[in-house]
Amino acid sequence: MTGKTLYEKLWDSHVVTEYDDGSALLYIDRQLLHEVTSPQAFEGLRLAGRQPWRVAANLAVTDHNVPTTDRSQPVEDPVSRVQIETLDRNCAEFRVTEFGIRDPRQGIVHVVGPEQGTTLPGMTLVCGDSHTSTHGALGALAFGVGTSEVEHVLATQTLVQKKARTMLIRIDGQLGHGVTAKDIILAIIGRIGTAGGTGYALEYGGEAIRGLSMEGRMTICNMSIEAGARTGMVAVDDTTIDYIRGRPNAPAGAQWEQAVASWRNLVSDPDAEFDRVGEMHADEIEPQVTWGTSPEMVASVNRHVPDPAEESDAVRARAMTRALEYMGLEPGTALTDIPMDKIFIGSCTNARIEDLREAAAVVRGRRVAENIRQALVVPGSGVVKQQAEAEGLDRVFLEAGFEWREPGCSMCLGMNPDRLEPGERCASTSNRNFEGRQGQGGRTHLASPAMVAAAAIHGHFVDIRE
Amino acid sequence: MEPFTRHTGLVAPLDRSNVDTDAIIPKQFLKSVQRTGFGPYLFDEWRYLDRGEPGMDCTNRPRNPDFVLNQERYQGASVLLARENFGCGSSREHAPWALKDYGFRAIVAPSFADIFYSNCFKNGLLPVVLDGAVVDRLFQAAYATEGYQLTIDLFEQQVHTPDGECFGFEVDPFRKRMLLEGLDEIGVTLEEQSEAIQAYEQRRKQEAPWLFPEP
Ligand code: SF4
Repeated sequence: MTGKTLYEKLWDSHVVTEYDDGSALLYIDRQLLHEVTSPQAFEGLRLAGRQPWRVAANLAVTDHNVPTTDRSQPVEDPVSRVQIETLDRNCAEFRVTEFGIRDPRQGIVHVVGPEQGTTLPGMTLVCGDSHTSTHGALGALAFGVGTSEVEHVLATQTLVQKKARTMLIRIDGQLGHGVTAKDIILAIIGRIGTAGGTGYALEYGGEAIRGLSMEGRMTICNMSIEAGARTGMVAVDDTTIDYIRGRPNAPAGAQWEQAVASWRNLVSDPDAEFDRVGEMHADEIEPQVTWGTSPEMVASVNRHVPDPAEESDAVRARAMTRALEYMGLEPGTALTDIPMDKIFIGSCTNARIEDLREAAAVVRGRRVAENIRQALVVPGSGVVKQQAEAEGLDRVFLEAGFEWREPGCSMCLGMNPDRLEPGERCASTSNRNFEGRQGQGGRTHLASPAMVAAAAIHGHFVDIRE
Repeated sequence: MEPFTRHTGLVAPLDRSNVDTDAIIPKQFLKSVQRTGFGPYLFDEWRYLDRGEPGMDCTNRPRNPDFVLNQERYQGASVLLARENFGCGSSREHAPWALKDYGFRAIVAPSFADIFYSNCFKNGLLPVVLDGAVVDRLFQAAYATEGYQLTIDLFEQQVHTPDGECFGFEVDPFRKRMLLEGLDEIGVTLEEQSEAIQAYEQRRKQEAPWLFPEP
């Protein structure tokens, strides 16, 4: 008998009922909720007169809509306020634990889960948000779901799922100086495309992945969805276990030992077979910057904006032309010659403490360039913010001319007042460069925290290796 | 949920690949706490020339004449013809809600993003995957013939063209049953699986007690 992949182990241990068509009813250990995709699910429960199946399996937090300015003031946008208050009311009514807007633990749901030890290895975890893949970094099966599925999990603690195919993405070797987890995942997406992972569960492995911290692994798993995969994961090792030890919701005492013993098994067996294997060498990966309106439209920072005329695939060439028009870019322009207007350091991809340290190291003792109208740092959670302040990082950013904000999704999607104006160009540590994502008509260039910080100082991207 | 059995409707061709959920329904409309009312804001940034805000009356907003849904010949379309990786991006169910609310019953494309695909089934909207070359031909036919319609039969798992051509498509038996009968999936799970779920929990609590913290 051949061994099992990590995905198969996680799947098998959660099957409640197997159906003949290859799908199964899977048990869901944890659900995270936020204000945007949960109101209709709670309303559905109410209309059907149902109660949550296991209320302690849920944790709610407000993140998408919250203003990142002074929290002692009421939320100004009345529509956002209704949504935030609706979550508060629903959580109170159904007795779901919630980190509300003034809770010091509030933050982006995918930063909060691992940070609190709410996400644990071996779990199935869902959230009504596609970046739920982030939690796979802890050796969990984590994926985003729609609102109907949120309601299904609330009511039954299960979901009908179809087994995905498996893909191992192995990155061997060691990363060069100035190359980060963000560059790895952008390079992967550039290679396999935004639909390359569709239908697959991704596992990231190899020396370069093993060498990453938990936070780096989260950055990579986070953007699995930008590669088309609903879920991405990394096997458990000492780094994982050291990360979880002592977190507020992590098991303690005798249960800790028992849990660790079981987590050690959360690796793909040496003889496990994947449906597909992709390999890249860490040497090949350089600092990445996106130039278009899809995360696959990405290149190394020392390259130029590509020319659609040189693309042989007609559909693709049309998409490139449209993207360049939207982005206001000419083919052949050096990526380091494009002036930026705004800077955003934040999001569930890159707003953890290590990201802020990485950015602060670049910024320290320097000033934001004249042409930058606004430079925002939005910590991923209240806990990250406090830690950063204890290390004096807030001073570093403020002295350089950045704004230091309260935690939330902020300009990653601009549901709150932080957004781009039409035509504005932003260097951003977030995960999506879609048209209008950061504000209608806004133009997004994705890159790592260090690269975005350097863009703030120079007013345009630079190769941080120089 | 509204069941889907067989549907014949006017086809609107949306000739772009990687259409993401931010384009289908921009984020400012996600602030609603309802499931309905998203139709007027479907593809808002492509459909209108001004900036859309929730609650806006769309009747007199300036429209982008180039956008397919604004063209006279596609008024009343209920079948959306699309390209690769339709519905990529976020998990927002507001995307299928908006498509359904606008009047679409089915989407035909060479591929869909996973979460969007599964969200459609929960809302009486049928996503149909056909081969890329077939979709290409359907695009040409839809451009060439005004009033071009397709018939989509879920029970038979077939798409019929007006010239009598017929293409089969795949769909999971479970999803097919839910959609054909318009069943409430939660009700079905609770009715058929409650005991199995409880049995699973009992066993799992022994194996991994740390997964079951007290409230
Ligand atoms: S930070 Fe951005 S990508 Fe992450 S959950 Fe918030 S809106 Fe979604």
